[in-house]
Amino acid sequence: MRVAIVCVVGLLACAGATRRAERHAADTVTLRGSDTMVVLSQKWAQAFRETRPELSVQVSGGGSGVGIAALMNGTTDLAAASRDVEPRELDALRARGGEPIVLRVAVDALAVYVHEDNPLPSLDVASLRALYRGHATHWTDVGGSDASRVVLYGRENSSGTYVYFKEHVLDRFDFAAETQSLPGTAAVIQAVRHDPKGIGYGGYGFAHGVRLVPIAPARGEPAVVPDERTAIDGSYPLARFLYLVLAEVPTGATRDLVTWVLSDEGQAEVEGAGFFPLPPEVRAAERAKLEDAR
Amino acid sequence: MKLGRVRTPWWHRAIERLIALFASSAILAVIAIGVFVFRQAWPLLIDDDALTDQGGLASLFRPRLWPGYDEPLHVWQPVGFPGKLDVIPLVVGTLKITGLTMAIAIPLGVGGAVFLSEVAPRRVREWVKAAVELLAAVPSVVVGFFVLAILAGGVQRAFDLTYRLNAFVAAIGLAFAVVPVVLTITEDALRTVPRELVEASLALGARRWQTTLGVTLPAAMPGIAAAVVLGFGRAIGETMIVLMASGNAPVMGLDPTSSARTLTATIAAELGEVTPGSDHWRVLFLLGALLFVVTFALNELGRWVVLRLRRKLRAEEVAPVSGRARRATATAEVAS
Repeated sequence: MRVAIVCVVGLLACAGATRRAERHAADTVTLRGSDTMVVLSQKWAQAFRETRPELSVQVSGGGSGVGIAALMNGTTDLAAASRDVEPRELDALRARGGEPIVLRVAVDALAVYVHEDNPLPSLDVASLRALYRGHATHWTDVGGSDASRVVLYGRENSSGTYVYFKEHVLDRFDFAAETQSLPGTAAVIQAVRHDPKGIGYGGYGFAHGVRLVPIAPARGEPAVVPDERTAIDGSYPLARFLYLVLAEVPTGATRDLVTWVLSDEGQAEVEGAGFFPLPPEVRAAERAKLEDAR
Repeated sequence: MKLGRVRTPWWHRAIERLIALFASSAILAVIAIGVFVFRQAWPLLIDDDALTDQGGLASLFRPRLWPGYDEPLHVWQPVGFPGKLDVIPLVVGTLKITGLTMAIAIPLGVGGAVFLSEVAPRRVREWVKAAVELLAAVPSVVVGFFVLAILAGGVQRAFDLTYRLNAFVAAIGLAFAVVPVVLTITEDALRTVPRELVEASLALGARRWQTTLGVTLPAAMPGIAAAVVLGFGRAIGETMIVLMASGNAPVMGLDPTSSARTLTATIAAELGEVTPGSDHWRVLFLLGALLFVVTFALNELGRWVVLRLRRKLRAEEVAPVSGRARRATATAEVAS
């Protein structure tokens, strides 16, 4: 008799646990992908949880490609991407049966800093590449008037900014061995602020006490100062959109999260992570995209 | 009649066991750390599939003509297209900074110890010793911050250097940590030189400085060697100061005014973000294993030298290390 009671109680407990596990899965949104966006994603996850305590968002990095691959396998609800989604990847997502949605969620601008007294008028992307690959070593090589050697400051190789710079400015080649690695954007700015011969790169939002160098997309073209406008209209060459990618029309908690990211509160978190919030018209377009897909 | 034989109470033995356990926990910890570090690096050494896109284990030490380069080079850029894992720039950086540190710390440490034990009046000696011990207790992150924020700029202006953070500045910072080690052990060594030797030398009419140079220093030489070895071990394993002050650029070449990236700083900076199980991860553990072996060997060597010296001096059988010391011993025997 006692054995039977224990069995029944055990079975009930098991059933309860299973049901809780299912509910847990429905209340958890997974977000994988871009390492650049991990901090932003975590800020979103935290703030979203404050408005919706019953839901939880699990954030993990690995890179934009990893996130999109996970989306194809169905092992994540959302992918974070700091680059465009390739047509090949969109086709692979369509092959799963749904229509993928790519939403722009923030704008990122990579700034190039020099000392405030550095008279360098501007740089084009090719000169910037020559400097950081070590092919140009003096300020006079890149249109400066200072005959001294350029001191290169960069980030540690664990940084997403390091990888973005390597990929988009250096054309996937290596940094010059002389590039000094510093542990964060704040450290880069601190170093450049005290070094008249120094140059560094990092997020736009962090720059204080240093001069932002206007960047030309190519030699002979007008140089563009990074700000919210040039970053958003795409005229600043080191600006990009950051994306959230969905494999199909979202439902439930995933839909709530994406809608919230495009809301005022969601966009308010963007600046804290060092990026620009979406301009209103882009935000309206992305919200419409989400509504139409219902 | 039985005299009350004192039996050790049970709790005495229990506490003894407990203390033995505490003592052996240190040994266990060292073994556990060693096993853990080596286990992560081990697949690199036995698995032929490891490091295939690098070109095998030997590629960690061999220059290679990578795409985009004009000549074969040692390149440490573990995150790239492809990542490049040549550890030679890190070994060069470590030896460069450690060598510079010892070049600063040996004269200061040994000179300071000679001053304290031979020249300084008692009051001065006590004050200076207290200050040196205090210096040894300053956390390395504080030293690193001091070097980064204050010293680096001053050194750059004084010598008109291109790089504010460089191997030389890092070596000065490291010397703050290494000089106390060299100084205290050297001073101990000088103190353990038997008084008879010194008195014999003085009695034969040698001046104080002649005695110091010709008798005391040679007799203490094994201890001084141990001080240098232990100081070297401290310098090679120090992380925070070099991480903050060296600039961390994996530069080949021995120019002291250029930047350098050490093994320790590389592990500290990169291990947090690397994918577990990847080649990069395993190479970082291999570097850790290398540091483990080197510092362990240096510590043991230093300890062995010190122990040997102590034993010999206690048996009043001075280890003659040079002709001068041997002559000093002979004269001491004649004098007695």
